[in-house]
Amino acid sequence: MELLECIHIYKDYDKKQVLKDINLKIPRGKIIGLLGKNGMGKTTLIKLINDLLTPTSGKILINGESIGINSKKIISYLPERTYLDKSMTIKETLKYFEDFYDNFDTKKAKKLIKDLDLEIDTKISKMSKGMQEKLQLILVMSRNALLYILDEPLGGVDPATRDYILDTILNNFNEDASVIISTHLISDIERILDEVIFIDKGKIILASDADKLREKENGSIDEIFRRMFKC
Amino acid sequence: MNFIFDNNRPIYIQLVEQLEIYIISGKIKSGEKLPSVRDLALKTKVNPNTMQKALAELENLKLIYTERTNGKYVTKDKKLLDKFKDKYAKEKTKKYINEMKELGFNNSEIIDYLKIKEDI
Repeated sequence: MELLECIHIYKDYDKKQVLKDINLKIPRGKIIGLLGKNGMGKTTLIKLINDLLTPTSGKILINGESIGINSKKIISYLPERTYLDKSMTIKETLKYFEDFYDNFDTKKAKKLIKDLDLEIDTKISKMSKGMQEKLQLILVMSRNALLYILDEPLGGVDPATRDYILDTILNNFNEDASVIISTHLISDIERILDEVIFIDKGKIILASDADKLREKENGSIDEIFRRMFKC
Repeated sequence: MNFIFDNNRPIYIQLVEQLEIYIISGKIKSGEKLPSVRDLALKTKVNPNTMQKALAELENLKLIYTERTNGKYVTKDKKLLDKFKDKYAKEKTKKYINEMKELGFNNSEIIDYLKIKEDI
């Protein structure tokens, strides 16, 4: 059974069609890049999978079931914009996650936070932007989920933070789970991807194994993407 | 293990090449047990699936073998290792000679340069 399946998904905002006939199958144990320029439908698709929006038509199955309470338990989602309460300390935030999610591994989160030399009593508002990004990723990756969905995890971070984020994704993903990473910063992330999905103007243009695509098109994923969309 | 990758080529092929060099140069010794797929992936900062694919290819080439339930080991077949060494040596030599010829050197001049290697 596929971990995630999107069947003929359409999404309209008023009269504007933002997603057109999205068909997608995501197996277990893979890191998948959802790649596209800004405004092409990546975040809309992610919000549909997370039940934050409802499709105009079509069906989404998670682990064979329609979206609902069960799917929310097995999806760990990192939104594009921060959602943490900055007046809280790290400790309070951990407690909040522990209360909210049955599958939150506090021990793991604490260890990762310690590795960053962060004091658990620090207020989030007192942390640098890079540290806040790292903390959010730690919280998301510390859930024992089956599907991790990371929306633009590299937006505006420095190269050292980027490396940390890639390492943390690699270190914390297991063969039963899959990770979907949405980004327009392809060259930064393509090394860790199993599969790539190109999305443009609300449609899936291409879905392929990353290495096979490099072999076939004789170039990096980033270059192939640029060739295709001339950006 | 410090691997550098070029995004323009399949990552698993580059992993195979770089692991081959580790093996034939003896950095990973003949008969030595390899770390787990996951540990190797973490060390080289690649996706475990990509590492798995690279190891499968090395196993096809007989440079490593799997001992059931025990893990993967580097071959003890010295002849095979020598064969790979020879293949690499020929490739490197050919590349060097071609580059020298492009610079306008003939064979005997190239040989003269090889003889003075200790001064370089």
